[in-house]
Amino acid sequence: MHPAYSVIFFTTASGAGYGMLALMAILGTAGILPADRWFGFVGLALALGLITAGLLSSTFHLGRPERAWRAVSQWRSSWLAREGVLAILTYIPAGLFGIGWVFLEQTSGFWGVMGVLAAIGAFLTIVCTSMIYRSLKPIHQWHNDWTIAGYVALGFASGAVALSFVAHLFDVAGPVVKALPVALVPVAWAVKTGYWAFIDRTRSLSTSNTATGLRGGEVRSVDWPHTQENYLQKEMGFQVARKHALKLRTIAHGLTFAVPLAFAVLTLLVPNPLAGIAAFVALASIAAGLLAERWLFFAEAKHTVTLFYGAKAA
Amino acid sequence: MTTLPTTTTTKLGLVIDLDTCVGCQACVTNCKEWNTGGHSAPLTDLNPYGDKVDGVWFNRVHTFEYGLGENARTVNFPKSCLHCENAACVTVCPTGASYKRSSDGIVLVDHDKCIGCKLCSWACPYGAREFDEDEGVMKKCTLCVDRIYNENLDEVDRQPACVITCPSKARHFGDLGDPDSDVSKLVAERGGYDLMPEQGYKPTNKYLPPRPRKLTGAAIGAQESLQPVKTNGKGFLGWVDKVLTR
Repeated sequence: MHPAYSVIFFTTASGAGYGMLALMAILGTAGILPADRWFGFVGLALALGLITAGLLSSTFHLGRPERAWRAVSQWRSSWLAREGVLAILTYIPAGLFGIGWVFLEQTSGFWGVMGVLAAIGAFLTIVCTSMIYRSLKPIHQWHNDWTIAGYVALGFASGAVALSFVAHLFDVAGPVVKALPVALVPVAWAVKTGYWAFIDRTRSLSTSNTATGLRGGEVRSVDWPHTQENYLQKEMGFQVARKHALKLRTIAHGLTFAVPLAFAVLTLLVPNPLAGIAAFVALASIAAGLLAERWLFFAEAKHTVTLFYGAKAA
Repeated sequence: MTTLPTTTTTKLGLVIDLDTCVGCQACVTNCKEWNTGGHSAPLTDLNPYGDKVDGVWFNRVHTFEYGLGENARTVNFPKSCLHCENAACVTVCPTGASYKRSSDGIVLVDHDKCIGCKLCSWACPYGAREFDEDEGVMKKCTLCVDRIYNENLDEVDRQPACVITCPSKARHFGDLGDPDSDVSKLVAERGGYDLMPEQGYKPTNKYLPPRPRKLTGAAIGAQESLQPVKTNGKGFLGWVDKVLTR
């Protein structure tokens, strides 16, 4: 599948934003994070900023962005519409929780309830994003539960790394905030490793034989219906990164997981401001790593339409 | 609404005969010609006289080979929207632009509602939908909905453009929900099949497999081998025979 830059940025940025929002809301409500005005403002602004930038970016790949408002109407059947509905709904408790934290320095009682609702909304929005891909049967590499686990785990891992950095910035990073990336990054690492192992050892049920219904031997594509690349090949037949998949996976292992984990451990061992610098390195690394990981998620996905263009399996 | 109808009154669709298709591209051409002025008009062509030609087509003919040696076959393979019963291209649509008609099962796009997110084209295993870069909306085969019910046309012409133009009668149109229709009988008789049944989309369109190849002369009613002509010793041939055998 063709990796559109706007969709890569959208899914990584909004995933990290929702992960961070959920963690801030839970830890804030539980009283583990201090209800400090400026920390709350910068932290929630970063989380909601990532979410909003991601959502806006997702409209850039639309053919008709001015009609984007229509995309929430079909929540009964469409995961994309459900994602839109939940994304909008989550702003309400998240905004109220932010008002309580930033203006009143309150994160308990009513404001705490808003925090819990914001966390639930954030979690469900990530699940909806993953379900858009999980629900597509023609793409074997997406149509499995690893897709959901991957989006949720990576959203929360990157959110925890971002939260740790902001908390260090305000010198309010307690042991829980420092330990969260150390706990969540390995979970995401395990899920992504499991995902890659799964797509390496399994194939789509569809082959060039089932696609054409021609039985009795190998089906060879001898003539295409067009002399130049058409929409189907540009959108679904993307091959550039597949060639470099192994290298990109190594980069993703390093930047998304190994480096952030090492520097997250460092934040537990050294005092501020060194710990703050370590938290920043972890954040910069996971941000770059996620772009490689998400690029691969698209580039390694093989659509069944390629079976009509010479692919034997998908 | 992008939820699918549980049943449709009829199941209009195509039956495509891979045995007789000669790959002449007439169906492709007539489809483009009709539809660029019909329900989905225009079928945009980008850079049509340049080196990177691109454009929207609803029907495309691939050519495949399969088998080896004397069993090897070349098959021309027309592919267009299969108007599936489980049309996931419809259910994934966030705006309600994609829909399946409960009356005849035809899958259509309302181009005024489409936001061009392309998700429907990802959800189609067959690659039936093509994006119009110029208009920013998705387009697809309409089964010539603007022909088959068109009372301004003679009744004989109320068929999809691809069907009516096919010179080798490789394309048939009708109600595949009615077991007594001509197309249903044809499918039963020739062992018509679904493309990618394992995907679970239940396509309405069916494909008829190439007939088994007849490898001997006897199989088509010819002599096994040629015998020398016998003469009765008379006439010119008799004289030639006599002279040459001397």
